[in-house]
Amino acid sequence: MNRWQRRQSKDYVAKVFAVGATFFGLFWLAWILWTTVSKGLPALKWGLFTQMTPPPGADGGLLNAFAGSIEMCGLAILIGTPIGIGAGTYLAEYARHTKLGAAIRFVNDILLSAPSIVIGLFIYELMVRPMGHFSAWAGAVALSFIVLPVVVRTTDEMLKLVPIPMRESALALGVPQWKVVRQVLYRAALSGIVTGVLLALARISGETAPVLFTALNNQYWASSLNEPTANVPVVIFQYALSPFEFWHALAWAGAFVVTMLVLVLGLTSRWLVARGKVSYD
Amino acid sequence: MTIPGVAAPITAEQQLRREQRDQRNDKFFRYIVTGCALFVLISLLAAALSMLWGGREAFETFGWRFLWSSDWDAVQKKFGALVPIYGTLVTALIAMLIAVPVSFGISLFLTEIAPAWLRTPVSAAIELLAGIPSIIYGMWGLFVFVPFMGAHVSPWLDEHIGPLPIIGPLFQGPPIGLGMLTAGIVLGIMVIPFVSSVMREVFITVPVHLKESAYAVGNTTWEVVWDIVLPYTRSAVIGGIFLGLGRALGETMAVTFVLGNAHLLSPSLLQPGNSIAATIANEFTEADSPIYLSSLIALGFLLFVVTFVVLALARVMLNRLARRAGEDA
Repeated sequence: MNRWQRRQSKDYVAKVFAVGATFFGLFWLAWILWTTVSKGLPALKWGLFTQMTPPPGADGGLLNAFAGSIEMCGLAILIGTPIGIGAGTYLAEYARHTKLGAAIRFVNDILLSAPSIVIGLFIYELMVRPMGHFSAWAGAVALSFIVLPVVVRTTDEMLKLVPIPMRESALALGVPQWKVVRQVLYRAALSGIVTGVLLALARISGETAPVLFTALNNQYWASSLNEPTANVPVVIFQYALSPFEFWHALAWAGAFVVTMLVLVLGLTSRWLVARGKVSYD
Repeated sequence: MTIPGVAAPITAEQQLRREQRDQRNDKFFRYIVTGCALFVLISLLAAALSMLWGGREAFETFGWRFLWSSDWDAVQKKFGALVPIYGTLVTALIAMLIAVPVSFGISLFLTEIAPAWLRTPVSAAIELLAGIPSIIYGMWGLFVFVPFMGAHVSPWLDEHIGPLPIIGPLFQGPPIGLGMLTAGIVLGIMVIPFVSSVMREVFITVPVHLKESAYAVGNTTWEVVWDIVLPYTRSAVIGGIFLGLGRALGETMAVTFVLGNAHLLSPSLLQPGNSIAATIANEFTEADSPIYLSSLIALGFLLFVVTFVVLALARVMLNRLARRAGEDA
């Protein structure tokens, strides 16, 4: 084999490896999705959305868990989004090239990939221990700390995409800066910011670790936000590790619903991004 | 005199008042957004301090021994972090051994080999892997992958690689499927989308003229990637790997399902073990004494410190390339 052939065969091996690696990645995706569908679809039933979580060994639904999850995710978005948009606005409009801005961006990026269980412990120390009990509020606040960095990041990036002349035109007309931000920039960046919120929602709807010791779980209907509250991920966690077949089926059904929700949210935000790009180019 | 459809001219006094109001609102708005941004800055610090505070009892009682003691005894109230630290590091290492070459292959495929029409759908599919909640990985791992490992992979490893010298002891163990190797593989799959998306993004930033020049003098695709693209993006690629490592170290639910939750220090990768995050998730609600709870929170603090350092390094590495790309442009 001469030198040229050696180089060619090396190149060939690398290409085969690259294609193989791609198939390797897609293979796991297919396997996991197939498992979720094949085990979750048969377990789906109407009672899932009308019945409460059952006592050990009995059959039931996930009504209170769905309600608790929706409640906590909704609250988390309501808490995290305004703060996130505010911080993102500061970074993009007031601190684009400052040292403080760089430091906050750095911290935000770390927060973005910080282990979610650490957030759970943080809120446990901050809220559960002083209040003396687990609560939906604590769960919502824990989730809002996961929403926050996602929204900060997307708001910052989307505002940076808005062309500078748009700001200058508005300022030249004598519009004060806060009105420029609220009435010009937020409108221009709206689809991007909404994408960020959707991405955040997709992330928190399946998050288990942060709610595990903040909202805990509740077999019954939580009558207020100050009580331990059932939520889908923690119910899945407990039921999957239980010895009962009924509970496994319920866990798979819950897993199926959550996965589909996350995938739909992910695809929607991807579509929004693709649509948003056209209008700027 | 007023003209229909046009607002009446305002007096100088009204003009002044409007300007004052605008200035006040501007200042007010600026304070609010600055406050939000500082909140982000403070929250990370607050998280660290709150866990240090929660874990103070464990740190005071056990001192530095907490780091290298393998005790984990709820009855005698003796706790040490060695077993969970060992499990965390070993599973993360296995994960990176899988994820780094595979992610490199995927980004090579997506940037140099695949036809243009295939790139978007394939990269979207790989990124879907990142969107699947970790509890789903955990359930799939426990109900599908663990039995598969127990039935096919573990016995084969035990029989064929177990008797070998040096590396043999790593692969001796019961065919239960749960354990370090399984957890490491599941973590590897979870980390692939994060590492590969960073690699793909930085590979795209390599100036086209560099690559085209190399192709023009007769280089193969592999030589272009290995000798041009990788050296150009080296720091960011390392940053991406560290980003993935940070994920792998802190991943909780999937590992909790497949690691076996055993406080066992064993050289074998086929034995069940424990990781920091899995220990906390499994035992937190069962902790029946203040020192037990405090030890778990102290574990959380250690995890926080380690991931902070890893993620901070990742950021620095990634920013280095971004800066250089800015200078070139």
